[in-house]
Amino acid sequence: MIALALPAQDSGSFTPPGIDEMHLPAILPWGAYDGFSKQMLLVILSVVIIATFFILAARKQQLVPGKLQFAGEMAYGFVRNSIAKDIIGGKDFMKYVPLLFSLFFFILVNNIYGAIPLIQLPSFSHVGGAYVLAGIVYFTWIIIGIKKNGLKYFKLATVPSGVPWYILPIVVPIEIISNFLVRPVTHSLRLFATMLAGHLIVMLAGSGIEYLVMQENILLKGTSVLVLVGAIAMYMLEALIMALQAYVFTLLTAIYIEGALHADSH
Amino acid sequence: MNQLIISAATEGEEVNPLLPNPWEMGVVLAGFAVLMYIVVKFVVPMFEKTFAERAEAIEGGIAKAEQAQAEASAALEEYKQQLTDARAEANRIREEARAEGAQILADLKAKAAAESARITEQAHAAIESERQAAVVSLRSEVGTLATTLAGRIVGEALTDDQRAARVVDRFLADLETQSAGAAK
Repeated sequence: MIALALPAQDSGSFTPPGIDEMHLPAILPWGAYDGFSKQMLLVILSVVIIATFFILAARKQQLVPGKLQFAGEMAYGFVRNSIAKDIIGGKDFMKYVPLLFSLFFFILVNNIYGAIPLIQLPSFSHVGGAYVLAGIVYFTWIIIGIKKNGLKYFKLATVPSGVPWYILPIVVPIEIISNFLVRPVTHSLRLFATMLAGHLIVMLAGSGIEYLVMQENILLKGTSVLVLVGAIAMYMLEALIMALQAYVFTLLTAIYIEGALHADSH
Repeated sequence: MNQLIISAATEGEEVNPLLPNPWEMGVVLAGFAVLMYIVVKFVVPMFEKTFAERAEAIEGGIAKAEQAQAEASAALEEYKQQLTDARAEANRIREEARAEGAQILADLKAKAAAESARITEQAHAAIESERQAAVVSLRSEVGTLATTLAGRIVGEALTDDQRAARVVDRFLADLETQSAGAAK
């Protein structure tokens, strides 16, 4: 992109958009930080959207569902059966359905923002939200583990059974680091990084197209079409990743909870 | 877009993407808490209630259908049983009737045979007694007749053949009337 921009001296050099542009100016300036931003508005809006949709879908309670109720039941049943029941299983998976359900749709809606024209801002391209959700999950599964197994849980979670004693000095630190230190970090950063990268790519393609179209050289102008095609493909991929990351985050949460519940059998 | 770059450049801020904005964290936390509350309080119970009702409706329907089927097959079994019973009953009655008929027929035959034997016996006895009576009466009558005939023959002149023939004829006629009278 920069190489392409070099010969076009008359319209100035191309400046790719950076991380800074992820942070739009605040709607209401407030305090030391950005104040009330678009991202905060979108997070609040997502809660309204999810709550409205599911309450409307579940309100009528018909045995033979209408279209809206059917869609709601499909969505609810997906998290309930495909994630909670399949991963956690047993008879106590229902306790964790609300958390998994809320996580999945909260992340899904906030991610899909990035694919909607004019909104075009996945909320989790700002790292704060991802930290919060991963933190909630982190404390949830640790508390579940302690409740279920007592303080022995930490031993169960870090000392794998069936490992020869002379390997334990290596395995135990690895388990501690991977389970208790790295896990919440990867859990949050996976979501954040994919959203940030996707958002950056779409922004980069957008500004690249804008720049190329402004060129006077007709051939150079034409290359904007190639960027557009690439941008559309990337956009599709991003839409897929947005849904996929919501699923991955929720699935990992279910796996962590299952691991804490059945720590003694792992 | 360009203005943004300029403003960011002029402010000279370098944003570290890994440093969170606490306000944003607060909004996400609060938003997620509200969502969790709504989900726990309304969404999950409503969906679960519908699911449970539907499961109950389907299972209830199945149970009802199974019950109806069981009833129907029980009724069918009962009818079959009744039919078999009725057939057996009919057979039994028919057999009985046949046996009874045969019995009656045999009785009647026996009775008829006995009756005919009795009648034959009586007839024989009657004939025998008649014959005895006839023999007895014949014996006495033949003597009388012979005596009468001899007297007549002797009493009359036996010269005339014609007369003799008349006498014999008259005797025979008397004999006939006498036997007719005896038969009466």
